[in-house]
Amino acid sequence: MSLHLMDFFEIRNGLVSKEFRAREIVSYFLKRIEDHNDQINAVVTINENALRQADQLDLRLARGERLGPLAGVPFVIKDIFCTEGLRTTACSKMLHNFVPHYTATAVHRLISAGALVLGKSSCDEFAMGSSNETSCFGICRNPWDLSRVPGGSSGGSASAIAAGIALGSLGTDTGGSIRQPAHFCGLVGMKPTYGRVSRFGMIAYASSLDQGGPMTKRVHDSALTLETIAGFDSSDSTTSKQSVPRWSASISSDLRSTKVGILKEFFEDLDPETAETIEIAKKVLQEAGAQFVEVSLPLVKKTIPIYYIVATSEASSNLARYDGIRFGFRAQGADELNIEDFYIRNRTLGFGSEVRRRIMLGTFALSSGYYNAYYEKACRLRRLLQEQFRELFCRCEFVLAPVSPTAAFQIGQKIQDPLEMYQNDLFTTVSNLVGLPAITVPVKLNQYGLPLGVQLIGPHFEEKRLFDGGFAIEEKIQFYKSRPNGF
Amino acid sequence: MASEIFEPIIGLEIHAQLLTESKIFCSCSAQFGGGDNENICPVCMGMPGTLPVLNEKVVEFAVKTGIALNCTICKDSLFARKNYFYPDLPKGYQISQYDRPLCSDGCVEFFVDDELKRVRVTRAHLEEDAGKSIHDASSSLVNLNRSGVPLLEIVSAPELKSPREASEYAKEVRRILRYTHVCDGNLEEGSLRCDCNVSVRRKGESTLGTKVEIKNLNSFRFIEKALNYEIERQIDCLTHGRKIIQETRLYDSEKNRTESMRSKEEAQDYRYFPDPDLLCISIDDDQIGAQRKTIPELPSQRIVRWRSQFDLSHMDAALLADERDRGDYFQETVNRCGNPKAAANWIMVEVMGKLNDEKKDLKDLKFAPSLLGELIQLIDSKRISGRIAKDIFKKMWETGESPTQIMEKFQLNQLTDDTQIREMIQRVLFAHPTEIEEYRRGKIKVLGFFVGRIMKESKGLADPQMVQKILMEQLDEGTKGTCE
Repeated sequence: MSLHLMDFFEIRNGLVSKEFRAREIVSYFLKRIEDHNDQINAVVTINENALRQADQLDLRLARGERLGPLAGVPFVIKDIFCTEGLRTTACSKMLHNFVPHYTATAVHRLISAGALVLGKSSCDEFAMGSSNETSCFGICRNPWDLSRVPGGSSGGSASAIAAGIALGSLGTDTGGSIRQPAHFCGLVGMKPTYGRVSRFGMIAYASSLDQGGPMTKRVHDSALTLETIAGFDSSDSTTSKQSVPRWSASISSDLRSTKVGILKEFFEDLDPETAETIEIAKKVLQEAGAQFVEVSLPLVKKTIPIYYIVATSEASSNLARYDGIRFGFRAQGADELNIEDFYIRNRTLGFGSEVRRRIMLGTFALSSGYYNAYYEKACRLRRLLQEQFRELFCRCEFVLAPVSPTAAFQIGQKIQDPLEMYQNDLFTTVSNLVGLPAITVPVKLNQYGLPLGVQLIGPHFEEKRLFDGGFAIEEKIQFYKSRPNGF
Repeated sequence: MASEIFEPIIGLEIHAQLLTESKIFCSCSAQFGGGDNENICPVCMGMPGTLPVLNEKVVEFAVKTGIALNCTICKDSLFARKNYFYPDLPKGYQISQYDRPLCSDGCVEFFVDDELKRVRVTRAHLEEDAGKSIHDASSSLVNLNRSGVPLLEIVSAPELKSPREASEYAKEVRRILRYTHVCDGNLEEGSLRCDCNVSVRRKGESTLGTKVEIKNLNSFRFIEKALNYEIERQIDCLTHGRKIIQETRLYDSEKNRTESMRSKEEAQDYRYFPDPDLLCISIDDDQIGAQRKTIPELPSQRIVRWRSQFDLSHMDAALLADERDRGDYFQETVNRCGNPKAAANWIMVEVMGKLNDEKKDLKDLKFAPSLLGELIQLIDSKRISGRIAKDIFKKMWETGESPTQIMEKFQLNQLTDDTQIREMIQRVLFAHPTEIEEYRRGKIKVLGFFVGRIMKESKGLADPQMVQKILMEQLDEGTKGTCE
């Protein structure tokens, strides 16, 4: 029985029809983690209670209780989400010993729906990165090619699913951190509308951009997961009170009368491989009935600087709480220092270089004398982008776009050059800046056997259009049938 | 003299702790006290991944205060982060307000002696309190009970002209806060804190001099003393050709002097920016209207009205208006008896005196102000004498019974029946022929003796004025008689 090839529906069905028990599911996947995690380093903490939680699920089933929509589905959770009693580190030395006594709302809802949490997945330190090379637990690898990165920052999540050591994951996306790893690992990655998913318990990187979302192999599973975790949360004032549709029950690949925008600026100087991927997706969408309109929005070329100013500014403040006083890392000998040096020692040794770089960039951008030139200007342009996208979506239902300039790159290839690394976010940051939902759907493997996907970007709260468009692609291409060798 | 050449300009920042049950961004108790780190949760501890959620009650209280300070209420004000590192600031930033405060452009009217003054309030904004650091020789400890307690920072324009004016302004703000029940104004427990900005300039100049901030003054007396010291220090600097440094100074009450804490060069860059975790505080006209209805007549308005309407002296009016419940008590007493002067006297002398002796509070009183009014009415309508009134008052104090009830129960009605009084006088005179003789020989003092005896005969109930009048008549008649 190959549980790791099943979708969520098949898992739940098998469980409810007593084909297998939840305990078997957990044992099966824990075994796969044991067998494969050494190769990819995707899971950083195993949930020691997973078997016990499975037993509880089995008990409820035996009692004839109705199980939730995600019953039995094994998840790994990006180590950015706080999990009560289970170490949560943001993959930073700063939080190497941090065990929260509260659970993130999204994770709580996932578990309430019957999902089984196998453990925590790796990511870039504090979700800052595009390659999962900055994790304090070491680099995570891409199962499609172990010499390459799985993408980031939710690289561990993507790698784990691609390797079949979990079926789903919750990732977070601040500038592409769900969609780009999904693209690198051949998965469906959904970044919902800002405000759809509660950020409570999600360790903040950039609060106005961060959004949690599902990473799965199938579009339907993505919809099912999102409708489970989405919705207003009284612990997060920025969550929306918009009702959450049952997307999974209404997915349709019929795209007749759907207008798909082709954003001109995204197609300049495109890598041939990426262009070809887009062409395939275009063809599939066209077959499903979609029409294309060219749209233009010159300002999207400026999204990288806008993004890095906003994100680092917020990060510089969000990460101020890591001072070694109440929790987390305290450097040896720090207690002997005066308070100023105590902070400096803890924060210099507790944070990795990329995190320190972003804190410094953000601190600079917010400094008196520079605020207007950087942060305020970025916010102004951000508002302009929001207005322009509102107009743009009067002309089309969603936008078809690349996810990333290339397929997965080599480990070490970009880590020494932050600006080169930041360019990876060229096509993804704009949806965070505007708060738009966007999905990555896998399309093909390139000549080296590396996955390539496309991105669909929709207007606020119109995730349905993205699930429909994504499903049209999935139904035709059935990428989920492809598997990396050796997994 | 230097003080004739220079003038001080003072502005105050008053931090008022709002009296909500829970903290501003979490549901922990905001009450003073509690064991160390007892009223804390992941949110006010700044634990990773936690988020602030605004306590609506805090906004209500702040809007109410804003209206009482005659401010414009911003309908979409913003929270901002004030970034700085300190061990008792768990998030590494304080959630405050910066360029869009909840309340702005208000004013406060207050009295300095009997002169009404007005000072503009630039802004009043919401913020969370930090925790408390406790240092000893070898270590420092942090108590986060206060972290996240709601504060309203009320900033005056630099318009106060003297230390006395500054402290009277601060007292008035405290009174307004207490009148509106948004803050208990307890300086010792830190629920009201005050920073002063002060500069001096040559009279006639229109630009402000270099300002110095004096932090954490925890009594009105210290506000005055610290400012007096600081103004003299600054004038001394200027007359000796030294420059005043823009800095923050601390007041040492034992040495009665201010000492430099940090200069502007060392001042922090707080890197304010809008807090992305919180939405703007949206307030509509209905909410403002609802809060406006809850604003009582404010102390300075009361003083003005009582002075003109009731002809009270400024001192009396100010003393009665000092606390809202005292003022309410007075007003209700007047409403019943229609005699403000008597009401003022009774409250200031009898009620407050006795409360003071027994270390009690107005709310501990067993009788309502209407009953005190009734008592005054009984006097005014001559049904009881002032002396009996004091006896009745004592009984009211003990039992809370109405004065009329007490009067009837103990038959304390004033005796005003002419015949009865004449009979009593006759009896007393008859029993004391010697004293009558003395009186007739010109020993007027004996009159008092007779009055005493007659009052005693009447168990104190006879109307003393009547007694006096009839007694004189009878004694004088008697004199005439013997002459015959």
